[in-house]
Amino acid sequence: MKKKKKFMYKALWFTGFAGPAVICFSLVMLVPFLYGIYLTLTDWNGISAEKVFVGMKNYGAIFLDTAFWNSMGLTVIYSAISVVLINVMAFGLAYLVTSGIKGQNFFRAGFFTPNLIGGLVLGYIWQFVFSRAMVSAGQNLHIGFLSSSWLSDPIKAMAALIIVSVWQNSGFMMLIYIAGLTGVPKELVEAGVIDGCEKRQLLRYVILPQMTSSFVICLFLSITRCFMTYDLNLSLTDGGPFGSTQMASMYVYQKAFVSKNYGLGQTEAVMLFLVCAGVSLLQVWIGKRNEEAEV
Amino acid sequence: MRQERAKKAIKYGVLAVLLAAYIFPFFMVLVNAFKEKVDVIKNPLSLVGEKGFILSNFPDAMEKMNFFRASWNSFLITGISVALIVLFSSMAAYIMARENWLICKVFFSLMLLSLAIPFQVLMIPLVSIYGGIFGILNHRATLIFMHVGFGVGMSTFLFYGAVKSTIPLEMEESAALDGCGRYRTFFQVVIPLLKPIIATTVIINTLNLWNDYLLPSLILGDSRLHTLPVAARVFYGAFSSDLGLLLAALVLMIIPILILYLLLQRYIIEGVVAGAVKG
Repeated sequence: MKKKKKFMYKALWFTGFAGPAVICFSLVMLVPFLYGIYLTLTDWNGISAEKVFVGMKNYGAIFLDTAFWNSMGLTVIYSAISVVLINVMAFGLAYLVTSGIKGQNFFRAGFFTPNLIGGLVLGYIWQFVFSRAMVSAGQNLHIGFLSSSWLSDPIKAMAALIIVSVWQNSGFMMLIYIAGLTGVPKELVEAGVIDGCEKRQLLRYVILPQMTSSFVICLFLSITRCFMTYDLNLSLTDGGPFGSTQMASMYVYQKAFVSKNYGLGQTEAVMLFLVCAGVSLLQVWIGKRNEEAEV
Repeated sequence: MRQERAKKAIKYGVLAVLLAAYIFPFFMVLVNAFKEKVDVIKNPLSLVGEKGFILSNFPDAMEKMNFFRASWNSFLITGISVALIVLFSSMAAYIMARENWLICKVFFSLMLLSLAIPFQVLMIPLVSIYGGIFGILNHRATLIFMHVGFGVGMSTFLFYGAVKSTIPLEMEESAALDGCGRYRTFFQVVIPLLKPIIATTVIINTLNLWNDYLLPSLILGDSRLHTLPVAARVFYGAFSSDLGLLLAALVLMIIPILILYLLLQRYIIEGVVAGAVKG
């Protein structure tokens, strides 16, 4: 009896406070996640009433879908280059901005600006820059590689995507690096100076080891963002020219909502998630191990 | 001393050039939005077109992309969603932080885990369930409900940390001694102390939801319900050759955000940093 009363007490207070959040969360994330796993076992086309259970067939089928692996390959190349450049750029900016200059807040705010605007609009802005402004500059100044639109050449279109992604994300990561840099204890830096460190040594042996957690966060965020890129891909290149920049997210969207193959589309979405999660977890694990090694 | 000064000058120089490069695309769009289509095509780099400085692109673009209706939809959806996210997740975080019950731990861990799940894994099931089974797509309320479902995980996590670290338990105990019930303690004692984290949550969620394209485009097929990004996409498809109009539409979408940013810059940056570092 007492136990039952206690259970009721808990249930009531839990529902009273956490009920709305938990219900929305469950219906929008938990249930669809589980339903999504069920969908991977069917061959549903999104319209017909019955979903035929096909077992693991979809998981076998993705290995034969070369177009999917092609888009995965593009995603990996795009992400690898973008992630490196984003973080180099972001750390460089953070280092310059915090190096004791005036107007620190002004520069910080300026570099962050692209993050206020959604990927879709950013892509359209750059579409204009790449296909009109740059071409015009190239033709007027007779610079060969600028005088035709980058977006109509497969490799240059990929380069364009990477440039915009670096431009978009580096300001965000810069904020995290700035927080990391200003969090390095002053005494450590002073001790380094007294010990006769040069600027470069100070950075390498005193500051960088203190910033492992900033690097782990930034790498994690930039890896997941790049792997899942959709909006920017849609508005800047729309997968073109000739599907040469169609990355995995867009491919999954097309598979499900255009080709009406929900089962296979969902299986490929899960695959994309697993690859992305694998890479980012590996990165966190390496980061953690380094952190322990440094201490 | 002289060397120091030279170094500083170089730093300023590098930063100024980089900043100019970062701002350049916005500048290009802004300049060309005030030109006739022919001028945009002929010479996008000139500051003013041969036919002069024109304003007519703006009313045209506003009318053709239904700018006010889309803004109103975006405003309504973002506003209500963010308010609900803040209310729901602060309440949930409070009970989860204060009680050691199994159910609290289970849902808190599930919410934490959910942060790793990308939207792309959920979009097909969401459309299948809410479109195929229940047939309730094409309502603003459905989109708000989904925004809340996606938003509460991260926000509960932020509030949880704030409750644990900044709210003294003694204050709640003395409120209870004074005869406050649990709800009253929460709304009159805890919430006022959570103001900084509420600001963070509002900023992060507002930026996310206002700019979201993929989810609204899947849920809202009816053009009368389109949010700004969805309306922009449709507009781009329909008027793809009318460059002046397209650029004016982009300016219309960017300017309100930039004005808000100029006013609230410090808070926005602090909010984003707090959210990112704790997340």
